[in-house]
Amino acid sequence: MPDDLINSFMTGPDEQGRFGKFGGRFVSETLMPLILDLEEEYEKAKIDQSFWDEMDDLWANYVGRPSPLYFAERLTEHLGGAKIYMKRDELNHTGAHKINNVLGQIILARRMGKTRIIAETGAGQHGVATATVCAKFGLKCVVYMGAHDVERQKPNVFRMRLLGAEVIPVTSGRGTLKDAMNDALRDWVTNVRDTFYCIGTVAGPHPYPAMVRDFQSIIGKETKEQMQGAEGRLPDTIIAAIGGGSNAMGLFYPFLDDASVNIIGVEAGGKGVDDRMEHCASLTGGRPGVLHGNRTYLLQDDDGQILEGFSISAGLDYPGIGPEHSWLHEIGRAQYVSITDREALEAFELCCLKEGIIPALEPSHALAHVMKIAPDLPEDHIICMNMCGRGDKDIFTVAKALNFDMSDTEGRTMD
Amino acid sequence: MSRIDAKFAALRAEGKKAFVSYVMAGDPDYDTSLAVVKDLPAAGVDIIELGLPFTDPMADGPTIQLAGQRALDGGMTLLKTLELARTFRETDNETPIVLMGYYNPIYSLGVDRFLIEAKAAGIDGLIVVDLPPEEDDELCIPAQAAGLSFIRLATPTTDDKRLPKVLQNTSGFVYYVSITGITGAAEAQATDVGPDVARIKAATDLPVVVGFGIKTPETAASIASVADGAVVGSAIVSKIGAGDAPSDVVAFVKTLADGAHSV
Repeated sequence: MPDDLINSFMTGPDEQGRFGKFGGRFVSETLMPLILDLEEEYEKAKIDQSFWDEMDDLWANYVGRPSPLYFAERLTEHLGGAKIYMKRDELNHTGAHKINNVLGQIILARRMGKTRIIAETGAGQHGVATATVCAKFGLKCVVYMGAHDVERQKPNVFRMRLLGAEVIPVTSGRGTLKDAMNDALRDWVTNVRDTFYCIGTVAGPHPYPAMVRDFQSIIGKETKEQMQGAEGRLPDTIIAAIGGGSNAMGLFYPFLDDASVNIIGVEAGGKGVDDRMEHCASLTGGRPGVLHGNRTYLLQDDDGQILEGFSISAGLDYPGIGPEHSWLHEIGRAQYVSITDREALEAFELCCLKEGIIPALEPSHALAHVMKIAPDLPEDHIICMNMCGRGDKDIFTVAKALNFDMSDTEGRTMD
Repeated sequence: MSRIDAKFAALRAEGKKAFVSYVMAGDPDYDTSLAVVKDLPAAGVDIIELGLPFTDPMADGPTIQLAGQRALDGGMTLLKTLELARTFRETDNETPIVLMGYYNPIYSLGVDRFLIEAKAAGIDGLIVVDLPPEEDDELCIPAQAAGLSFIRLATPTTDDKRLPKVLQNTSGFVYYVSITGITGAAEAQATDVGPDVARIKAATDLPVVVGFGIKTPETAASIASVADGAVVGSAIVSKIGAGDAPSDVVAFVKTLADGAHSV
C-alpha cells in the first residue's frame, strides 16, 4: 500500500466492511445475498457519472442544496469567544439532513428494480424524508417507528401518512429506534425480492455505513468550500450531534485528513452519563459489541444484552453508533463528548432567542457543546456546527419540558 | 465421534429421520425450562436446540421474542444457560445440545472463555444467526478448533453460487430455513422445501434438517419425508408462553416427534 494511503483516514472501510475492528456484516444468511447485491450495485453507481448527475439535479432543485453556511453573529457576541458558524442543513426540504441520504438510496433502489421501500425512524425525520422521496417516485413506502416515538413525534407521523406512507408502530422492546430497526430487518428478511431497506444512519451491515456516509458527505464538502469563501481557510473546530451519527459523519468525513481541524461529536447524555444508564452515549458510556449488522460501541449490560437508551431527543435515542465513529474514537482522530437533556434545552432556547432559528433537539446538543467551549476560545478560532434539523417537530416535547401549556391560549406556564 | 455425528449415524442405521426441538433457556424461569429440557429425549427428541436469550432477536418472530424477554426478565444469562446444559448432562450424556442464538452475548463474554465454558457444559454445536460465512474468523473457526460443531443456516436466498461458501466451514448438520422470513411465520411446504434440500444434499455429505414454519405433527412428517430431519420451535415455545405445565409441553413435543419419526 502506498504511503499516502496509509496516512489517510479516508480509505475505510476495507473489503470486509471494517473500519479497524468495527463494522462488518453480522446478518442472517437470508439477508447476506441481499447486502452483497447492494454492495455490488452501489460500487457500480459510485463511479457512474449519470448516478451523480441525477443526485446533483435533485439536490439542487428538490432539496435546495447547497445549504447556507451562516455566521451566527449574535450567538458569537453572546458567548464572547470563538466565531460560530452554522451549516444550515435544517433548511433542506423536509427539514433535516436525512433527505441527502434518502435520495441516494432511492435512486439506487430504482436502479435495482425494487418497488417497495422500508425504513426505520426515530424522530421521524428519516421516515418523512423516505416517505417524501417515495411519493416523488411513486414507490410503496413502509416506515417502522417505535410506539413510544409515534406518541412523542405525532406531527411527523401525520406527515408520513399525508405522503402516502404506511407507518407501523413497533411495540417490541421499549418501542424506540432500536426496536424499529429490528422490525424493519424482520420485514426485509420476509420480503427479500421486491424490497429495499433504506437505512437512515451510518450503521447497519456493510455497505450501509460507507454508503450513507458518502451520501451525507455533501454536507462537509459544501462546508469546506463555503468556509473558504467566508474566511479563506479551514474551520478550527467542527461539531455535530450523534445518534447513529450520519449528519456528523457527513460533516466530518471531508475534513478527516485536515490535521488542523478539531473534530467533536456530541452524544446524548440524557439525564447524565453514569451508572443509571439513562443516556444514549454509546462511546462515552458503552463498550464494543455486535448489533444490527455491525460491530460498534453499544450500551449493554454485563451479559451482552442491549440496554434501552434514554434521551429527550427521539433522533438520538439509539443504544449504538455508526462503526466509523467507533473507529475514529479509538484512534483518537475525533473527540466524543456528551450533553444532557437540560443542557440541550438551554441551547434550544438560546438559539431561538439569539438567532431566530428554532433548532431540532438533536443539533441543540451540538450547540450546547459549542456554548461550553466557545467562551474560552480566542476570537479568531472558527467553530462550525451542523444545524442538521429544524425544531418544529419538537415543540410539543420542549413545551412539556419547559412546563408550557400548549392548550392555554394565554400562553401561561403550568405551575 | 461427536454426539451429533453419533446421533445421525444411529438414526440412519434405524432408517429414521431426526426430530429437533427448540426451547428457550430460562423460559419462563430456570427450573421450568430445565424440567422441560430434561424430558425431551424421552418424548422422542433427537437433538435439543437450546435458545440463548437476547434482547434483539432480529430473525425471530413474536413468539421467540417474548420467550427471550421472559427468560431475561427471569434473570437468565449466557452463563446460566450453560449451567442449565451442564445440569442436563449430569443425567444424559448422549442427546446432542445445540446452542442457538445471537453473537453479542458470546462476544461480550469473550470467545475464548465462551468456548471453554460451552465445551465444559457439554454443548455440542452452535447456531449463531448473525454470523454468516463472511464473519467465520469471529467464532466459527475457533469453535471448530475447540471441538464444537458450527451449524450453518442455508436459506431460500442461498443460491448455487453462494452455497459452497455456506457449506465450507459447516459441521454437524446443515439447517435449512424453509421460508424467507422470521421464526413462527408462514407454514413450510414440503413441495417447496424438497427441491432445495436435494440441491443442498447434492453439495454436501452432512445431514440437512429443515426448520421455520413447522407447527404440527403432520407438517413435521411431511417435511421430514423430504429431509434428514425437522425442527420445531415456536409451536413448542408458544405452549410454554401460554403457561402450560412442563408435562403438557412435553406431551405435545411427543406428538411432533412421532410425526417426524413416522416417515
